[in-house]
Amino acid sequence: MNKNIILYIGILIFGLVAPFIFPAFKVQLSILCVLIVLALTWNIQGGEMGYNTFGNILFYGLGMYLCASVQVGMFFPLAEWTESGGEKTFVHTPAQFFQGMAVGLVVAAIIPTIIAGLIGYAILGLRGHYFAICTLGLGVAAGEISGGIEIIGAGQGFTTPPFPDVGGLEARGEFFYLLSFGALVLTFITVRAIYSTRFKLILNAIRDNEDKAEAMGIETMKYKIIGWMISAFFCGLAGGIMGGLVGYIDSTDVAFDGREMGVFMVLMAILGGKGTLWGPVIGATVFHIFKEGFWTFFLGWQYVALGVLIVVIVIYFPEGIMGWLREKYPERFGEVIDEADRKAQVELK
Amino acid sequence: MDFMVFQYPMITIQACLDGILLGVLFALIAYGMALQWGVMNIINIAQGDLVILGGYIAYFMYLYGIHPAWGVIVSPIIMYFVGVGIYKLVINKVVDRDLFISILATFGISILFMQLMNFAFGADVVLANSGYGTTFLFDSNVVLPNSKIFSAFISILFAICLVIYMKKSKLGRAIRATAQNARAAKILGVDTEKVYAATFGINAALCGVAGALISITFTIHPYMGLPYTIRSFMIVIVAGLGNLPGVAMSGMGLGVFEEFADYILGTEFRIGAVFLLLVLILVYRRFKLSRKREYLK
Repeated sequence: MNKNIILYIGILIFGLVAPFIFPAFKVQLSILCVLIVLALTWNIQGGEMGYNTFGNILFYGLGMYLCASVQVGMFFPLAEWTESGGEKTFVHTPAQFFQGMAVGLVVAAIIPTIIAGLIGYAILGLRGHYFAICTLGLGVAAGEISGGIEIIGAGQGFTTPPFPDVGGLEARGEFFYLLSFGALVLTFITVRAIYSTRFKLILNAIRDNEDKAEAMGIETMKYKIIGWMISAFFCGLAGGIMGGLVGYIDSTDVAFDGREMGVFMVLMAILGGKGTLWGPVIGATVFHIFKEGFWTFFLGWQYVALGVLIVVIVIYFPEGIMGWLREKYPERFGEVIDEADRKAQVELK
Repeated sequence: MDFMVFQYPMITIQACLDGILLGVLFALIAYGMALQWGVMNIINIAQGDLVILGGYIAYFMYLYGIHPAWGVIVSPIIMYFVGVGIYKLVINKVVDRDLFISILATFGISILFMQLMNFAFGADVVLANSGYGTTFLFDSNVVLPNSKIFSAFISILFAICLVIYMKKSKLGRAIRATAQNARAAKILGVDTEKVYAATFGINAALCGVAGALISITFTIHPYMGLPYTIRSFMIVIVAGLGNLPGVAMSGMGLGVFEEFADYILGTEFRIGAVFLLLVLILVYRRFKLSRKREYLK
C-alpha cells in the first residue's frame, strides 16, 4: 500500500511539472488528460457494467456547448455572439472570462448529469447491442439536431470566448493544462474511490448476470443510472474544458463527434484493458501517442489508420494491455497460481 | 415547424408517394441486414457504406458514358466479391463472438471505407443522371421522377428474385438451415463457412443494387453511410427477423415518416429525426416488454 502512495504522489508531481518540462506539448498533454477522463468514464459503463455505450459523447458535446454558452451568455447576448461568428464584437475581460469559465464548467457538469438521470431509466432498460445502437443513435441525433439550432451557431459553428490578454499563449496553455489535469485527478480519485466500494461489485454483478443480480435483491436500475450519471458528470466537465481548449465548437466535427471522440473513448478503454482501473489510463496514453504520431506524419490517412486500428484491436487484442499483462504476470495482479495445477493443465493440453 | 403539408392534399400525396418509393429502397437494404443478422448473428455498421460504394460504381459507369441503370447489374457483381473479401478478412473472426465485437469491428470497417471513398471519389455530392424524365400526376401538382419509379420497381424485382432463390436453390436452403441452427447444419454436412461468406456476399450485393439505385434517384456522398445503416437496423427491429412483409411495410413507413419530417421540421433535421425515431422505437419496445419483465433480445 505504501508503495502505491509513493507512486501516486510521483505521478501527481510529474503531472504538475510536465507542462514546464515539455512546454511544446502543453496542448497535447491537456488533450491527453481529457482523453483519459473520457476513457475512465467509458470504462464505468463498458468495462465494469457491461453496457457498451456509444452515447457518452452526448454528455461530452452537451458539456461543451453548455460551458461555452454560459461563458458567453453570462455577460453578452448569446444570439449576437454566434451571429458575429469569428469577428469579436464583444471582448471578455479577464475577470469575466474566468468567472464565466468557472460557472460554465459547473453547469457543463451538472446538466448532463441531470439529463443522464432523466433518460437513464428509459435507455438503460435496453441491453447488449440494442443499448449500443440506441446510444449510437442518441449521439448522432444530438449532433444533427444541434447542427440545426440557430442560437448556438447551427452549421457554422460556435467560437468560444478567446483567452483574455494575460500572459499570452503560454498562460493559456498552462491554464487549460491545469484545468484538464485537475479534471483528470478528480475523475481518477472518484473512480478509484467507487471501485473500492460495494458499488463496483454491484456493477460487476450486472455485467456478469443482470437477472441474477436482480434476483439477489439488487436494484440494478438504480445502480446503472447512478453509474451513468457519474460518467455524464465527468464527460460534461471534460467537454467544457475541451471546448475552451479547441476554441471552436462544431456540432458534428467537434462536439458530438461520434466518428472520432465517440469511438476513441471505446477504443482507448479496450486497448488499455476494460474493467481495470489503470487500463483506460494506459490505453489512452498509448493511443494518444500513436494517434498524434500518425496524424502528424501521415496526414490524410488518419481515418484509414483509425479504421484498421479498430478492427485489429477488436479482433486480435480484445483483452487489452492490462489483460495481456495479467496473462503474463498473474502474480502481480494478486492471483495465486497453484504450480501443480498449472502443470496438470499443461499436460492435459 | 411548418404544417402546410396537411393543408394542401397535393403535398400530402406527394410526400406519401415519395416516401413509399424511397421506403422500398430502405426495405431492400434492411432485407440484407436481416439476412446477415439472422444467419451470422452480426450487426453490420458498414452496411450503409457498402450501399454508398455500390452507388459509386454506378456513378463511375455514368462518368465513362455507360448508362447508370446498368449499374444495377454490374454493381451487385462487384459488391458480392467485395463482401466476400470483407468476410474473409474480418467478419469470419467475429462471427462467433459477442455482438458488440461485431458492431465495433464493422464500425472500424465503416470508418475505413468512408475515408477510402473520400480519397478515391472526392468529397463532393454526386448523382448519376439517368435522363428518365418525370411523370406529372394530378394536373402536374404531384411530380414524380421516373427514376424513382424505376428504382422502386427494380428493388421489388430483386427482392422477389432473392426470396425465390432462398426458397428454391440449394444454397438458399443451406443459408436457411444455418440460420435455424448452425451446429446442426454443420453436422448435416453444410459448409457453414461457405454459407457465411455467401450470405455476406449476397448482403453486399443487395447493398450494391440499392446503392446503384440511390445514385440514380438521389445523391451519394462518402459520409452518408451511417444513416442507411441506422435506417435498416430500425426497419429490422420493427419488423423482426425473418418477417419479409414486415420489412417491406416498415421500410415504406419509414420512408413516408422521413418525407413528412422533411416537410414539417425542415431538411436540416431530417437525419436527426431518423436517429431520434430509432431511440424512441427502442425505448417504446423496452417499456412495452418491461411490463412482462422481459427485455429486447
